[in-house]
Amino acid sequence: MKKIEAIIKPFKLEEVKDALADLGIEGMTVSEVKGFGRQKGHTEIYRGSEYTVDFLPKIKLEVVLADSLIEQATSAILKAAKTGKIGDGKVFVMPVEEAIRIRTEETGDKAV
Amino acid sequence: MLISIRKTARLLCCAVLTVGVLGLTVSTATAQEVAAPVTEAATSDAGPTAADVAFMVNNLWMMLAAALVFIMHLGFASLESGLCRSKNTVNILFKNSLIPGIGIITYAICGFNLMYPGFEEGSKSFFGFAGFNITTDAAGVTSAYNPGYTYWTDFLFQAMFAATAATIVSGAVAERIKLSSFLVFSTIFVAISYPITGSWKWGYGWLNDLGFYDFAGSTLVHSVGGWGALAGIILLGARKGKYGPDGKVRPIPGHSMPLATIGVFLLWLGWFGFNGGSVLSADPGLVSLTLVTTSLAASAGALGAMITSWAFLKKPDLSMVLNGILAGLVGITAGADQMAMWSSLAIGFIAGVIVVFSVLFFDKIRIDDPVGALSVHLVCGIWGTLAVGLFGAKAGGAQFMSQLIGVASIGAFTFIFAFVLFLIIKAIMGLRVSEEEELEGLDLGEHSMEAYPDFVAKSES
Repeated sequence: MKKIEAIIKPFKLEEVKDALADLGIEGMTVSEVKGFGRQKGHTEIYRGSEYTVDFLPKIKLEVVLADSLIEQATSAILKAAKTGKIGDGKVFVMPVEEAIRIRTEETGDKAV
Repeated sequence: MLISIRKTARLLCCAVLTVGVLGLTVSTATAQEVAAPVTEAATSDAGPTAADVAFMVNNLWMMLAAALVFIMHLGFASLESGLCRSKNTVNILFKNSLIPGIGIITYAICGFNLMYPGFEEGSKSFFGFAGFNITTDAAGVTSAYNPGYTYWTDFLFQAMFAATAATIVSGAVAERIKLSSFLVFSTIFVAISYPITGSWKWGYGWLNDLGFYDFAGSTLVHSVGGWGALAGIILLGARKGKYGPDGKVRPIPGHSMPLATIGVFLLWLGWFGFNGGSVLSADPGLVSLTLVTTSLAASAGALGAMITSWAFLKKPDLSMVLNGILAGLVGITAGADQMAMWSSLAIGFIAGVIVVFSVLFFDKIRIDDPVGALSVHLVCGIWGTLAVGLFGAKAGGAQFMSQLIGVASIGAFTFIFAFVLFLIIKAIMGLRVSEEEELEGLDLGEHSMEAYPDFVAKSES
């Protein structure tokens, strides 16, 4: 089992979700997060004073999958989330030791 | 009882019919003719006279106007909470929920009788008081009291105005003032200071004798609120984080532009009652003219603020345009019944330009006003009052001087009163919340409550 953690542009969430659903992936967790990478922030103006917003809104998508699905899933995310402009985000893949479904107490690949 | 209900119903029917069919019933001429008591006519069986009908229509409009001014308090509550941070929302809404009550109660106990003590015209009076009560005899609910309204309507309409003056202070001192200190200040300010300066003009005091003109309260209501706010801000100081260590302005954006926008639209709506009701009757010509000048000035204020912020601040700033609309409204208030189209547009537009520079100016001199109340109510209140001497039917050098004297005398009295009152409150109970509370937000500090409790609630049982 591995976990994919993808930081993407908020307006790309729908496309990424659909791309993953097309692979038969049945669940995921998303959160609204803020952060910056090479894109840095942007400036805003309020009542005549400019200020920099360093942390930009992004979506963090987390999904845990059986090893066999990981490659397909990452390439689907890359394809769906790409605009080609700075700020598209990143994808991290990391190992997961165990997964347990709370209702049935199934473990491992059956639980994800 | 039954008879009087029937009579009222019959009068109402007639009122509706007459107004509908003739459409002209309540002309200025008629309103003046009914100055004589109509009690005699009402008790006869001849049915309602034109004067009865005029009185009922007048009174109905004045009650509606009072209700419109009441809605302005929802406007202020929305605007002020929208332009502040979410962590202080409960606190702002709390203050705005108490202010109408404080205004109405104090106005009933003493304000109304301080503001309208029955000065004789020409007596050049400064102070009078007619007792701790509101009550009237039978004549008070007939046109013998006034052809435009009953005693009770008079009280309610004026009480709504009093509360408006107090609410202006609340936005300017937001996000840092102690709730208890603010409530004590508002109560004393609206119970004593507002009605005394009000009596100088609307109570037929010395400024009225001088020829000072303030139709609906650019000075009497808005500047008075603004002077109180200025005293409060000076003694409170700026919010933490408003100025960087290098002294540069660090903007603190409001948390909800939609809420602020709703507030401004409600205020504009309420202003139809604020200015339209200040005609003090349903005079068709004057009321409709007033609603037009009011709307023209608000529109021009928006335009003025848009152009100014776009040209000088790089981008069209919504918060400035919202302030611009209010600036236009405050500006026209002193002369809303005296202006024609171009003067209304000019007054509103100039107010919209002034308000943008005024916000920048106050920021620069470290007078931290989160909602722009000083720029809107104080600065544009002064502008609007002076504009009566520059534009419209009353324009002229002598009028301008009277306006200047009115602005200066009411300003001096109110500022000194508010400053001393704030000083006393500061000495006795403190004025500002602790630094820790300010950083965490007044919602948790003062109320242990959140406006947007956005995560799973914990049970404490």
